[in-house]
Amino acid sequence: MENILDMTITELKGLLRKKEISSVELTAFYLERIKKYDGEILSYLRTTEDYALDMARQADTKIAQGEDAPLLGIPFGMKDILCTKGIETTCASKILKGFIPPYNATVIEKLNQAGYVHLGRLNMDEFAMGSSTENSAFQTTKNPWDVSRIPGGSSGGSAAAVAAGLCVASLGTDTGGSIRQPASLCGVVGMKPTYGRVSRFGLIAFASSLDQIGPLSRNVSDCATILNVIAGYDPLDSTAIPQKTPDYAASLGQDIKGLRIGIPREYSIEGIEPDVKKAMAESISLFEKQGATAVDITLPHTEYAVATYYIICTAEASSNLARYDGVKYGFRQTGKDIIDMYKKTRLKGFGKEVKQRIILGTYVLSSGYYDAYYGKASKVRTLIRRDFDEAFKKCDIVVTPVSPTTAFKTGERTEDPLTMYLSDIFTIPVNLAGLPGLSIPCGFDAGGLPIGLQIIGQPLDEARMLQAAYVFETERKVKKIPDKYSAKT
Amino acid sequence: MRTRCIVDYGDYESVMGLEVHAHLLTDSKIFCGCSTAFGAEPNSHTCPTCMGLPGALPVLNKKVVDFAIKVGLALHCGISNKSIFARKNYFYPDLPKGYQISQYEEPICTDGYLNIYTDGEKKRIRVNRVHMEEDAGKLVHENTIENSAYSMVDYNRSSTPLLEIVSEPDIATPEEAVTYLKMLRDILLYLEICDGNMEEGSFRCDANISVRKKGSDVLGTRTEMKNLNSFRHVEKSLDYEIERQITLIKKGGQVIQETRFFNADEGVTYSMRGKEEAHDYRYFPEPDLLPIIVDDKWIEEVRKTLPELPMEKMERFMDEYSLPKYDVEILASDKELAHYFEETIKLFPEPKTVSNWIMTELLRELKDGNVSPKDSLLPPAHLAELLTLMKDGTISIKIAKEIFPEIYKTGIAPKKLVEEKGLLQISDESTIMKTINEVIARSPKELADFRAGKEKLLGFFVGQVMKETKGQANPKLLNELLLKRLKGE
Amino acid sequence: MKITKEIIENTAHLARLELEPHEVDLYTQRIDSILQYMDSLNKLNTDGIEPTSHAVPVECVLRDDRAKRSFSVDDSLNNAPGRIGSFFQVPPVIEVEE
Repeated sequence: MENILDMTITELKGLLRKKEISSVELTAFYLERIKKYDGEILSYLRTTEDYALDMARQADTKIAQGEDAPLLGIPFGMKDILCTKGIETTCASKILKGFIPPYNATVIEKLNQAGYVHLGRLNMDEFAMGSSTENSAFQTTKNPWDVSRIPGGSSGGSAAAVAAGLCVASLGTDTGGSIRQPASLCGVVGMKPTYGRVSRFGLIAFASSLDQIGPLSRNVSDCATILNVIAGYDPLDSTAIPQKTPDYAASLGQDIKGLRIGIPREYSIEGIEPDVKKAMAESISLFEKQGATAVDITLPHTEYAVATYYIICTAEASSNLARYDGVKYGFRQTGKDIIDMYKKTRLKGFGKEVKQRIILGTYVLSSGYYDAYYGKASKVRTLIRRDFDEAFKKCDIVVTPVSPTTAFKTGERTEDPLTMYLSDIFTIPVNLAGLPGLSIPCGFDAGGLPIGLQIIGQPLDEARMLQAAYVFETERKVKKIPDKYSAKT
Repeated sequence: MRTRCIVDYGDYESVMGLEVHAHLLTDSKIFCGCSTAFGAEPNSHTCPTCMGLPGALPVLNKKVVDFAIKVGLALHCGISNKSIFARKNYFYPDLPKGYQISQYEEPICTDGYLNIYTDGEKKRIRVNRVHMEEDAGKLVHENTIENSAYSMVDYNRSSTPLLEIVSEPDIATPEEAVTYLKMLRDILLYLEICDGNMEEGSFRCDANISVRKKGSDVLGTRTEMKNLNSFRHVEKSLDYEIERQITLIKKGGQVIQETRFFNADEGVTYSMRGKEEAHDYRYFPEPDLLPIIVDDKWIEEVRKTLPELPMEKMERFMDEYSLPKYDVEILASDKELAHYFEETIKLFPEPKTVSNWIMTELLRELKDGNVSPKDSLLPPAHLAELLTLMKDGTISIKIAKEIFPEIYKTGIAPKKLVEEKGLLQISDESTIMKTINEVIARSPKELADFRAGKEKLLGFFVGQVMKETKGQANPKLLNELLLKRLKGE
Repeated sequence: MKITKEIIENTAHLARLELEPHEVDLYTQRIDSILQYMDSLNKLNTDGIEPTSHAVPVECVLRDDRAKRSFSVDDSLNNAPGRIGSFFQVPPVIEVEE
């Protein structure tokens, strides 16, 4: 199984079809690797070994009967934010400890239909609030490239597990960069589709108008394959876009001659590490060599994006998290009356960052402050959207760094939330504008830490982004798994 | 029980506005497909959405929008081409998400009115808005709420659809308030969108009430009265509250803006003050639902389905059938009853006679049996037949009234019953004359007295003849013949 | 506006969060500095700008009024921290004066 970690889903399915490997063997291979390596990385909160092997056996039966499905027999890790029927789903929060959803998220239904295998639940920042996975109530995930560093967040478990080869691919969610930033810091491919492209039904909400589900994988082909499965209209999500989705995987391989690549002036901020700058410049010239043209664009309201984002996301979160009150599910701390029970349950059940954001979000919505904060931010959001509308008149895709820096040390920024928030400056505007964004590895810094390139597309134009990313990946071979974890098992 | 007293308002006048919550007669809930049926096992009509499970999302029921447009049109409102939902945030165990999905800014219907008759004059009560929202679940207690060690929650009612109909403060007296409520309820019943049952909470009313010096155009501080679950309670509680406020102000006190509850047993309102008084609902646009777009075509389609409404019907009945207002108010208050009336006069075109019989004989029977006019065993044709028999002298009024309960209860045609029972009126002169002669022959003293001037004795002779003929003698003929005979003509 | 401990405590009450004394201090200081940063938005003139609640402008999809199967009572109560028969059980709702 030497090169199994380097194979795409399409290649793995070839092996499965030819019976060179069974899904049970493939699943056991990953479960074994999790046992071996995850004690150090801590990407999984829980594995679901019996469930996984059972799904793998079903997949093998189907393969034996000549059936096919897009992900038949392929082992996945799942961010612990997607409701999965019968499988404990906690959002890495104590308040949901023990919660067994009686229903499946739409993406889980789609993955089931596609024949995937569920290896286990991946760690994250509690309720997806964070950029380092340090806000998990249960454990701090480590970056496989340097275990003294954070993997990024909030989908840190999803990125680390893919980077360390502890699953073929995973799903994450992205509210302000929570797929792209950890993908970048862990050196894997991660995509946040257009808002509304993938159903949010069953995604435990952080900020409803920004949240979106997307894949994390070791190559662009897998990203397209998974997007094919999870994208599409869902009558259970009113914000899902009622449009047919193209075949993303089939569109890979087209050249990018004539593609106009926008380079936003405002993204040359102070605080970008020189190695990140250098990798960016090299990436742009690579695109140019392939026939694309770089275009100078302006996104003038960029400096307001972080403030806008934190008002909107905390406001929505304060409301979305009101349901965790100890009445219907999850954790309850007893109290002398109902209010006392609420307050104690939420005191003990939520972590520090979550509580801070609930208070902030409650404040910006409260009587007398709504117009100054939430109302204002909603208007600035319009300006940020318009910036992109204007920019896309001049270019087809926008290219930026994902993060100004590579992975920082665990504990380095926990006491300084504002600095942590500001590091999401390149990813946040994409969520505010509802656009698709993709992170693809583009090199390493001097310390050997991965750097990610962000490709931002026009609404519903994921296919073109994937084509550009595929060209980039083909031309620029970047190591996907650290040597330490790429050894044969 | 406190008896109603007419308050001497002195220099003061009262101002009221009403908020009505009407439960809609849909099959499924407003944001999910659970049944709205009443009386099921607790928590058996629930799903992820109406239970507020993590990750669940709302999807709007089209019929609720249809119903809202219907009511809006009936109340002469403007129907917004674009309206939005908002979250109203507060904690209560019957509210599973910690917020209620309602409309706040940009409701579906605005600026309408409702005409009522008050003191014989037509008065316009302006309607501020009509909006759609979801209901909460139900708290249940084994004891009284004060004496319970715990509360129990049933979410079957959670997310059932409501329309909130908010009047302007155009209502001057408790009587007017009741008239407005009755008219509004009649309209909802006419539209067949609400069952109007106040006791079961399908038609609920909250009242805002304030008092001010006569002639002032500034509103006084208002209190809000909740829990008014019958027309009588509305009137009594408003009477009490006006008196309380005027007395308070006259004594130099000040009305505090607060919510008060009406205790029907004591006939008083009391304050539920406490720290929960300062509500801050932190409304903001519901991110899980997109704007509801209602185009003019949709509005016109709904307009075509509107029936003639109570006020129009009342006016037409007065005009077309020259009926007094008292009659039309009763006839038009119920669409079925009005229909019954019009069906009857097609066959017996004497509106006032028909109206009299419907309002007295028919309504008494319908109310006794709690039967709708359309389910009456006595169809309009039978009532018309009865009245025809009476008019052409086949039966007397007395007989008609006597047999009414029987034809109502059995459904037998009046003519058939009259024939079977031999109740035909005797209009044959010689038959009546024969009986008159018999009576006179055995009453020489009375005859002599009559002829001596005691004309009151006519009644005695009529009574005797009627007794002999079992009431079947044609009274008019009997009178004529008897007078002639007594006077010896 | 300067964020005070009272504001944090009132806001926490609105959000039904009890806070430890050291948390009140921490959040007061942090939220004050975050809100100061957010005040930078006031530099922008947004008169006449429509607010954005949804980034992708599509209209609401509606569903037909058809009742479907619901949860079983056990499905709906399986995760309940407190249960009595077919009901969720919660502490008394009557407020206890403080």
